[in-house]
Amino acid sequence: MKHYFKYIAVLALGIVSCEPEFDNPVDEAGAYTNGEADFSRYVALGNSLTAGYADNALYITGQENSYPNILSQQFEKTQDVEEFTIPFMNDNAGGLLLGGNQITQNRLVLAAGENGARSPQVYTGMQATTEVGSVLQGPFSNMGVPGAKSYHLGFSGYGNVQNIVTGTANPYFARFASSPSATVLEDALAQNPTFFSLWIGNNDVLGYATSGGTGEFQLNNLDPSTYGENDITDPNAFAGIYGQMVQALAASASGGVLVNIPDVAAVPFFNTVPNNALALDAETAANLTGYFQAVSQVFAGGLMQQGVPAEQAQALASQYAITFSEGANRFLIDVEPSEANPLGFRQMTAEEKLVLTIDQAALAQGYGAVSLSPQVMQILGALQQGQTPTQEEANALFGAVNGIDDADALDEAELANIEQATAAYNASIQAIADANGLGYVDAQGLLNQLAEGGISFDGGTITSEFGAGGAFSLDGIHLTPRGNAVMANEIIDVINSTYNASVPKVNVGTYGTVTLSNEVQ
Amino acid sequence: MKKLLFLGLFGLMAAVTYAGGYRVSLQGQRSLAMGHTGVAVVNNAELAFFNPAGLVYLENKINVAAGASAVFSSVKYQNSEFGLSSETDSPVGTPFYAYGSYRVNDWLTLGLAAYTPYGSSVEWPTDWAGSHLVNTIDLQAIYIQALAAVKISDKLSVGGGPIYVNGSVNFNRNLNRTLTDIEGNRSNVTVDASGVSAFGWSASAMYNATEDLRFGINYRSEIMVEAEGGDATFENIPNSPLTPFQNTEFDASLPMPAELSVGVSYELLDKWLLAFDYNMTYWDVYESLDLDFANAQIPDSENPRNYKNSSTYRFGLQYLANETITLRVGYYFDESPVQSGYFAPETPRNDAHGFTGGLSVNVNDKFSIDAAFLYNRYEEVDESYDYYSENGQNVPFEGTYKTSAFIPGLGVTYKL
Repeated sequence: MKHYFKYIAVLALGIVSCEPEFDNPVDEAGAYTNGEADFSRYVALGNSLTAGYADNALYITGQENSYPNILSQQFEKTQDVEEFTIPFMNDNAGGLLLGGNQITQNRLVLAAGENGARSPQVYTGMQATTEVGSVLQGPFSNMGVPGAKSYHLGFSGYGNVQNIVTGTANPYFARFASSPSATVLEDALAQNPTFFSLWIGNNDVLGYATSGGTGEFQLNNLDPSTYGENDITDPNAFAGIYGQMVQALAASASGGVLVNIPDVAAVPFFNTVPNNALALDAETAANLTGYFQAVSQVFAGGLMQQGVPAEQAQALASQYAITFSEGANRFLIDVEPSEANPLGFRQMTAEEKLVLTIDQAALAQGYGAVSLSPQVMQILGALQQGQTPTQEEANALFGAVNGIDDADALDEAELANIEQATAAYNASIQAIADANGLGYVDAQGLLNQLAEGGISFDGGTITSEFGAGGAFSLDGIHLTPRGNAVMANEIIDVINSTYNASVPKVNVGTYGTVTLSNEVQ
Repeated sequence: MKKLLFLGLFGLMAAVTYAGGYRVSLQGQRSLAMGHTGVAVVNNAELAFFNPAGLVYLENKINVAAGASAVFSSVKYQNSEFGLSSETDSPVGTPFYAYGSYRVNDWLTLGLAAYTPYGSSVEWPTDWAGSHLVNTIDLQAIYIQALAAVKISDKLSVGGGPIYVNGSVNFNRNLNRTLTDIEGNRSNVTVDASGVSAFGWSASAMYNATEDLRFGINYRSEIMVEAEGGDATFENIPNSPLTPFQNTEFDASLPMPAELSVGVSYELLDKWLLAFDYNMTYWDVYESLDLDFANAQIPDSENPRNYKNSSTYRFGLQYLANETITLRVGYYFDESPVQSGYFAPETPRNDAHGFTGGLSVNVNDKFSIDAAFLYNRYEEVDESYDYYSENGQNVPFEGTYKTSAFIPGLGVTYKL
């Protein structure tokens, strides 16, 4: 029998040695190093971008492809880590229910029309099944809360289901807050994260931006509890709140990364509908030019009737002598009537933006231009014959301008506010990262790169182009899985250089972009 | 396990590998134990495969040999840039052979042969990093051949006969690297065809220069297995006119390349036999694996392979230990037909060293048991498949591969 065992042992060795083995296996300890960072308990804080929100909704596959989840999978290649837990939605439809009533829309999908035209549409192939009231048992490693601003993370009651209706609580946080009074930051700190990422502050300007700048820039107002939903957070308030959060997080963690705020103007939400899509043929252009000459003349005439000196009246009225040419022309936009612009409209400037959600059918029907009704044409005809218009006729003439509403556009002043706040936030984030020895991730630079030429990968180039560029989901603001992969790689670069680690990157080309479906209404 | 144990008890290290591509060189345990040599060896009915002309020199009127091998193989893939790794979980392959010959008269011997010289069975983890190239493949081909061998003189004989092939293929892969349905399930296609028939032939000659020195040559023709009207089944396709992948039929053809073998054997001191074979496999016929879908909406799939002709060098040694036991060892070097840049994970073969051994036990005058054991050693190789294309751009699939194969086999020889 002894011999048998010996031979069996020899044979067993033989079989074991047949298992192929690499000289340097990547799936064994030592292949990659975590350096000075300890990724064993990684917690991600942030807003929708961190949660994996995309296509105007939060849904399972988006959560799986969030940059924190991608990072956690790469961290695991360097050391043993705890499971990266995610407060998963209940489905891939994406809408939220509160007491059975749907309070947020299902996700968008890319649908193809009969003529081959592609457009984002709300997915209706299944019902939303995620009930906000069914609170999940945490803790969760991905603490990203869609909609959160910097000051929300420390706000007690932000996860209180009872307060969702009044708008002071967030339904996404309510789903997984440890208690109704818990704050996002508390729930994160309670996990004693060994490593963290923080990407917050986008919504501190984005709410203002997507509303078309209808809110206020709360400059020098240090009390966020007085802010409206569409306001821009004061940069000093931001810096204070942000700095405190980072200090708390960094106290126990081995390290972390802070991600800065991209330029709002770099995302497709503000770059897809061109401000010069007013396409005119030669005759219409001439008609419009003629119309505005008439407006200018009538307005100047009116001023002079009121005793304004001719030179001054003509100078003021000349701004309305807008000329149009055959081809692409910039839209007209409504502004607050002022002394400098008493009629309250002007042509958009080259830098001004239209939002993605603007009614594009209306644009095609004269929104942003002039309604040359028969009445107006008649008045124009009378004017050409040298008649003087009545006050009523003058008003009808001026009223034909159908300028773009403030909510549908970002004008130069609004853009300047956004730019000023973003620059201030980013200066603070960088200073706080430096002061705490943390990694600083330039998402602003990365997204600008996507907007200006793109980033090449093994299957092409990923750009910000809406619907086709691969980086942005169908809401024009949030990233696709591929966009998240690019972001994860950028963060990995920063981690590796900050902490002498060698976390491997991911292959961007293996991450998907927008989801196709014709299960829409 | 009993078979493994049996081999283990005899403590014989033996190994043979497959050959390159999807050639599976396991056509006789006695030959296999000697490095799969045999074109110039007169031993038993395995000649039906290796050199039918030699059947006339078998001593007995009736000769039968049959057997099977168990292929335990595993391939690992890794990519150190992205930290990816995968390993195949392939089912145990069981190639087999059965040969019989009947001496009609002094100059004519007839025979029948069934064997499985081509096949491949690889299962990668579903949705692994190379799933856009292959998830699973199961390729089988059974050759059935009628044979005649004619003795021209005591020194020279010729042989050969027609071959009928029955083949089947089942192949699954994801449509590309990213497409999914709304739930995130990867879109994939399975092509399946079975009962595909094809015909070919082989011809051979043997020359006995002296009592101890033999030469042999064998040529087996190329056989193009053409699947027509196979089933293509698409799964997890988004519900969108932009992805018009509906189940359809497909046509495809896969070559079983021609093989030329020449060899020599030399008998020494009555107890020793040395053999050397050289094989040339005409793989250059395998230019591309193309799937032609019946539904015109579905783009045809073109997958360049661009194999090159490959050589195999085989050495074998046999020793008659006593009247009961015959021992054999062998070695071969098998050159891969896969050219750099065409390394597709459905047949991830690089050059292989085959180490073989085995023995025969004569149970009585008529009946013996033949055992062989093969171990294939492959070098770790950094390779890529560069001809997968996405949006008109070639996207290489790169990584490091390491293969191993461990193949015990058992057979019987009967002579009357």
